[in-house]
Amino acid sequence: MKKLLGQLTFWRAVLVMLLGLGLYATYVRFTQGLGAATNLSDQFPWGLWIGFDILCGVGLAAGGFTLCAIVYIFNIQAYKAVIRPAVLTAFLGYLLVIFALLYDLGRPERIWHAIVMWNPSSVMFEVAWCVMLYTTVLALEFSPILFEKLGWERPLRIVRAITVPLVIVGVLLSTLHQSSLGSLYLIVPEKLHPLWYSSLLPVFFFVSAIGAGCAMVIFESFMSSRAFKREIEMPQLAQLGRVLVVILMIYTVMKLQDLADRRAWVHVVTPTLEAMLYWAEMGLGVLLPMILLARPHVRRHPTGLFCSALLVVLGFVLNRMNVSITGMEAWARAGYFPSWMEIAVTMMIVALGITAFALAARHLPVFSPTAREEKTTMTESPHLAWAE
Amino acid sequence: MARKAMLIDITRCIGCGLCRDACKEQNGLPAGEETKLNANAYTVVQDYGHDVYVRRLCMHCEVPTCVSVCPVGAFTKTADGPVLYEESKCIGCRYCMQACPYQVPTYTWDQTEPRVRKCIFCHSRLAQGLPTACAEACPTGATIFGDREELIAEAQRRLREEPEKYVDHIYGLTEAGGSSVFFLSAIPFEQLGFPGNLPKHPLPLLTWNALSKIPDIVAVGGTALYGLWWIINRRDEVGRLHAKLKEMEDRKE
Repeated sequence: MKKLLGQLTFWRAVLVMLLGLGLYATYVRFTQGLGAATNLSDQFPWGLWIGFDILCGVGLAAGGFTLCAIVYIFNIQAYKAVIRPAVLTAFLGYLLVIFALLYDLGRPERIWHAIVMWNPSSVMFEVAWCVMLYTTVLALEFSPILFEKLGWERPLRIVRAITVPLVIVGVLLSTLHQSSLGSLYLIVPEKLHPLWYSSLLPVFFFVSAIGAGCAMVIFESFMSSRAFKREIEMPQLAQLGRVLVVILMIYTVMKLQDLADRRAWVHVVTPTLEAMLYWAEMGLGVLLPMILLARPHVRRHPTGLFCSALLVVLGFVLNRMNVSITGMEAWARAGYFPSWMEIAVTMMIVALGITAFALAARHLPVFSPTAREEKTTMTESPHLAWAE
Repeated sequence: MARKAMLIDITRCIGCGLCRDACKEQNGLPAGEETKLNANAYTVVQDYGHDVYVRRLCMHCEVPTCVSVCPVGAFTKTADGPVLYEESKCIGCRYCMQACPYQVPTYTWDQTEPRVRKCIFCHSRLAQGLPTACAEACPTGATIFGDREELIAEAQRRLREEPEKYVDHIYGLTEAGGSSVFFLSAIPFEQLGFPGNLPKHPLPLLTWNALSKIPDIVAVGGTALYGLWWIINRRDEVGRLHAKLKEMEDRKE
């Protein structure tokens, strides 16, 4: 990625183009309103920005809390090598989600209202608070990377001392938040297609986010290993691939059981557009990578592992888009398709995310040797200091 | 104040549109003959052919979905029935629009400071003891205004006395926990664009089922995570101390 930014003018040109289109759309959005910039309507008030920028953005950031739990709570130190990129992704992901939210909110300048105007019966209220609190937690979890770079010893010690409580709070907030994005749709039983509407939506959102989060860690490690010409952490990532198999299996079993409980089989086998998308989501995004990753030689081969992880990520994105857009289309009869400006803003945000990740990876000890050395000191828990 | 309601008898509506015009005048909305609810029309009359006309307006639910979903509490349900919207609180998330089972709230999409628009049950008129503007304007009595219980009794009376004229259903009595606007019709409601698959219970129950579990998740989850960390890391710590002790003993020998 260093190459992409530094030398290859092609990728620079792409970035500049995406920024240009995105900024033009930004201008239209904030000077002429949502109506001029989007294809949203009274019949279809939530579109691409909620479906992709928010629902997918948050879900793909789930690697942060998953790996933090694995390393700090379950004390599986092998994953330490990939925890920093995961936390960085999560932090950037949440910052970008808030950024995207400013586009989608009709009155973005009032985003702070949720702090002082409470409605605890609203899922959106819970989402707002989780985003605020968890972004703070992520900033703290990310801060050691910055402090190390700056050589600030004291703040570094303070943050390290509170690592475990911080991780516990982070895991709880993520659990609530990932699932509450699914809970948002519990209130529309008559609108959301029965292939996706289920009282278990919050649970599905949570489990699939863990899967997508793990897949994103694999995806990023692979991409950055190529960009920075560093060795890829194959043993850990292959292990993570195995974890992914188990998560996908749990998810599949739950989905099947849910279909049976709701007697919704008929929708799966009826040839409709929804059923096709459901099959694409479950078949290509869940079952195929599950089978692939269950095979040791696929799991241990960088390309095989990468492709399987990519399938999981794509399946996850398709699921969120199905819940938020295609699953709602039939009821709304609005024929929503995002405007080019909605797409431009989304692409710009994705491009900004990749650029920020690349910059951070280049200038901060995210993948660098310091991260490895630090690993040995941090495995010692604070309580053990006296025993040295 | 007794709870107010409206009864709309579709068989009596002649589609004159006076309710729509009175509503526009009352709420200072630009004139127009919209057939779909939008930011300039809090109520419309839709023509279904064969002299069947159906009004659309906010149902003013008993347990309103919009009130429940709004993160900043911009919607309130008043004691006398109306569901009100406070523009100065709204952040424009449009969850109310996404969640309303009747697809009622609309938005001023073309404004840079947009707001949600919907029927407010002529709240200021009610405060003065007046009926809603639409009910007052209705020349045929298709829309009548009154105490909620009395209107339910009236609707039941009509169904009882002329069963051959109506489908045997008061729309709005049980849908999604009931509302403050009731409809009677000669034609099945599903054929007139009314949502036919609404549960009898209020929709906010569905999200509340999930939300009410949050304290449990936090308490049990937090304790479990801390306990796991404690057990797993203590085991690790002890293991390391043992290794160190053994090393020291080995050195002594």
